[in-house]
Amino acid sequence: MNETLNERVPVLQVRNLRKHYGSNQVLRGITETIYEGEKVAIIGPSGGGKSTFLRCLNCMEDPTSGSIIFDGEDIADMKVDINLHREHIGMVFQSFNLFNNKTVLENIMLAPVTLRTKKLRKKKLQKFFGKKDIVIDTTVEQIKAEAKETAMRLLKRIGLEEKADVYPSTLSGGQKQRIAIIRALAMNPKVMLFDEPTSALDPEMVGEVLDLIRQLGNEGMTMIIVTHEMGFAREIADRIFFISDGIISEQGTPTEFFDHPKNPRTVEFLSKVL
Amino acid sequence: MRFFLSFPKKWDVFYNTFVNHNGYKEVLTGLQNTLIIAVLGLLIGIVIGTVIAAVKVIPPYKRVTRFFQRIGDIYVAFFRGTPMVVQLLLGYYVLFPMLGINMPVINVCVTIFGLNSGAYISEIMRGGINSVDPGQMEAGRALGLSFFSTMMLIVIPQAIKNILPTLGNEFITLVKETSIVGFVGATDICVAFRYIGTNNYEFMVPYLVMALIYIVLVLIITLLIRLMERRLKRNERNA
Ligand SMILES: Nc1ncnc2c1ncn2[C@@H]1O[C@H](COP(=O)(O)OP(=O)(O)OP(=O)(O)O)[C@@H](O)[C@H]1O
Ligand SMILES: [Mg+2]
Repeated sequence: MNETLNERVPVLQVRNLRKHYGSNQVLRGITETIYEGEKVAIIGPSGGGKSTFLRCLNCMEDPTSGSIIFDGEDIADMKVDINLHREHIGMVFQSFNLFNNKTVLENIMLAPVTLRTKKLRKKKLQKFFGKKDIVIDTTVEQIKAEAKETAMRLLKRIGLEEKADVYPSTLSGGQKQRIAIIRALAMNPKVMLFDEPTSALDPEMVGEVLDLIRQLGNEGMTMIIVTHEMGFAREIADRIFFISDGIISEQGTPTEFFDHPKNPRTVEFLSKVL
Repeated sequence: MRFFLSFPKKWDVFYNTFVNHNGYKEVLTGLQNTLIIAVLGLLIGIVIGTVIAAVKVIPPYKRVTRFFQRIGDIYVAFFRGTPMVVQLLLGYYVLFPMLGINMPVINVCVTIFGLNSGAYISEIMRGGINSVDPGQMEAGRALGLSFFSTMMLIVIPQAIKNILPTLGNEFITLVKETSIVGFVGATDICVAFRYIGTNNYEFMVPYLVMALIYIVLVLIITLLIRLMERRLKRNERNA
């Protein structure tokens, strides 16, 4: 087992991650490495710190201490430009959070177009101020056209291309969440974080969202999923983290974890939810 | 003596001054100035108010942030704490001369009205921003957009939609407040009708007509705002 571990490429290396809100120690030292292509499901009791852990991974919550190595940089360090790294860390929320004032297509295109245009402008400015060796290899029109092509391809993939020009308020929860997922995908992320992606859905819509996540997993996407769907966690995950009281109190493969839990806390939790 | 003139007679006096003694020209100039000051004041106010509000809602981790938030607070306190006439007088007779700025009185009025409404609109806008689901900002940030990009592209457009009726009220207030610009020698509707009245010392009809014009202006604005709201609502439903 150890030889194969060494060959794997780490995507996120978390070292002694702590998060305090005032005197409330929500995360009490988490050290863990997530490897490329790995699918991790996080489960645990309410208030245990699952969401906080996930949100620290892209610094939506600033860690109190510890480090998170992503792309060779410690993104927990306040000095790094976190926006650049977030482009490569997709995040999907329980409440979808599609932009209400944008159409579906605009929702998907907004971040790629805005960020790439910004970079293009910066390059142009640098060239203007004398950096001759900078190559301008694209135009705003091209950026938009490419983003639109990607967006339409992704919409087609989930069978919602006819919804491209509608506003989110007209969509069902399942449609919203699937669009939120491809909106994150449009950025070409190296890892995707899901915080209870199906908890706000009507039961009949859970399936379509889980199907899409499952597909992404099969295509090799690295994923970390906080979920209450035990069956889904067992089926999709390579590893399960059990987070309670701010630490990963037990982890293992689904078989180890569900069939042979060691920690009494895990046993108690599983007896309640299974 | 003139006080006892009958209404038809008074009307004739007014009509005569209005048509034959260039009264209508004064009124048109006044109306134009009133609208210029109110409209440009509102636009400047929206820009200033949005900036102050956006700065105000930045998580105050950094010292510079807190510094600019404090400046915003002082700004708002000043403009809400003094009457607009006082601000106008201070601007026209003290501040601009002191800075060596020499501009037409209308521009001074536009500037002061803009600065003043900026203070009020910043409060309105802050309420609007807070009324937008925080998930919208989170989603933008999670995609790698900066705080200000997300603010400008996502949050503020939704905030403006929510506060449109209140912004409309602010505009109506501005239109009515223009009646004070006579204090610094600008011609607005008020000044125009005072001119007509003073021509024969016959004020009843001119001032009644003046009131009517204000009411009609306000009604038109109210209607426009309602139309805009309806358009915005429809936009999000279908298409
Ligand atoms: N912004 C915050 N300020 C203060 N305390 C917070 C904040 N966010 C979370 N907490 C606290 O941190 C603890 C862990 O919260 P977290 O949301 O991470 O739990 P969770 O495991 O995701 O629970 P759930 O299953 O209910 O989603 C809770 O006690 C919560 O009250
Ligand atoms: Mg949670």
